[in-house]
Amino acid sequence: MKARIKEIIDKYDTDKGFLVPILQDVQREFNYLQREVLHLVSAFLEVPISQLYELGTFYKAFSLEPRGRHEMKLCTGTACHVRGVPLIKDNIGRILQIQAGETTPDLEFTFETVNCLGACALGPILVVDGEYHGNISISKTNKILKKLGKKVKIDEES
Amino acid sequence: MAEMVTLSIDGREINTPAGTTILEAAKDANIYIPNLCSNEELTPYGSCRLCMVEIAQGKRARLVASCIYEVADGLEVKTNAERVLNVRKLVIELLLARNNKHPALRKIADELGVEETRFPVEQKGCILCGQCVRTCREVVGVSAIGFSGRGITRKVATPFLDFPPDCIACGSCVYVCPVQFIPMKEEKDVRTIINFDYPMQKCTKCGRYFAPIKQLEYFSKTTGLPLEHFETCVDCR
Ligand code: SF4
Ligand code: FES
Ligand code: FES
Repeated sequence: MKARIKEIIDKYDTDKGFLVPILQDVQREFNYLQREVLHLVSAFLEVPISQLYELGTFYKAFSLEPRGRHEMKLCTGTACHVRGVPLIKDNIGRILQIQAGETTPDLEFTFETVNCLGACALGPILVVDGEYHGNISISKTNKILKKLGKKVKIDEES
Repeated sequence: MAEMVTLSIDGREINTPAGTTILEAAKDANIYIPNLCSNEELTPYGSCRLCMVEIAQGKRARLVASCIYEVADGLEVKTNAERVLNVRKLVIELLLARNNKHPALRKIADELGVEETRFPVEQKGCILCGQCVRTCREVVGVSAIGFSGRGITRKVATPFLDFPPDCIACGSCVYVCPVQFIPMKEEKDVRTIINFDYPMQKCTKCGRYFAPIKQLEYFSKTTGLPLEHFETCVDCR
């Protein structure tokens, strides 16, 4: 772990000006920004841990909690909202047994909401592992979840 | 000598060095502008928005935070225009929604003629002025505490809410907070800030507990003098 972090920081010439990209790389490498990792970054860069914690909690792109293997982002922007996103959101939450913003205990899924992805014409939109699915419905999201290995009971399909 | 600029505040002509903020210039001229996050020892920050004033340069008039706006030649500042008072009222109402008890906030509310906030009171206590965080960073130089989150979840926090490893227990954050949000107490050989305990040093001569050990270690580190030098209290040294 230490060596890998050192490598990432070396890539940026140990320059404190690159805190955000460094943390992005670190998060990509270790899935999330765990305590030990941030403390090592702090020691290598000589940046107080308070400042790294501040950044880590400020940007949505950073997570201090483990992330699921699959990332689901549901748009709850106005256009998507009026096209039925609340029901879809409840449905995903029910199947994964978590609230939006959480990760399943088996670390398979992280489910989040975003406010408008800027492609309203395609709404409702669900982004799964970076792939955009437009015009989604409850049955479509069930299919997607199934494909990712989630058992979806027939009676939950509509 | 810095270059001087001439501006007017509430119709009074004022001469002040370039680079001064409007708030400082007003203070020097004995003109009162309410403020909660500004502190002479700290870099201007502009978070509480209480110090709003109206400025005009030529025809256009607009509102700015006087603690971060630098004076300029010919600037006309109004600290009491109706528009200004209205924003300040709104601001103090928003602040009261985070803390409607503290006398410092109540006093400003009184001055503005605000009796109660129309927003739901969440009684968070902290008004996020950032003085504690900035003092720790800029004056003490250890940056043990910071903010966490953003927007409505923003808080003053120790990293991961753990015992802050860089804290030297100096108590500056406690002292600087305008609403005494950070609790500190001292019982003989321990100083407790929030719920973190720091052992105190016993003076090697008079036996009095006089300073947190962590702070003395920090002094020793920054001055390069041996720790023993600091283990005696100032009176006995
Ligand atoms: S704890 Fe006090 S000093 Fe720190 S941000 Fe809150 S109100 Fe300001
Ligand atoms: S509201 Fe969903 S993409 Fe705009
Ligand atoms: S004193 Fe100017 S914004 Fe707080």
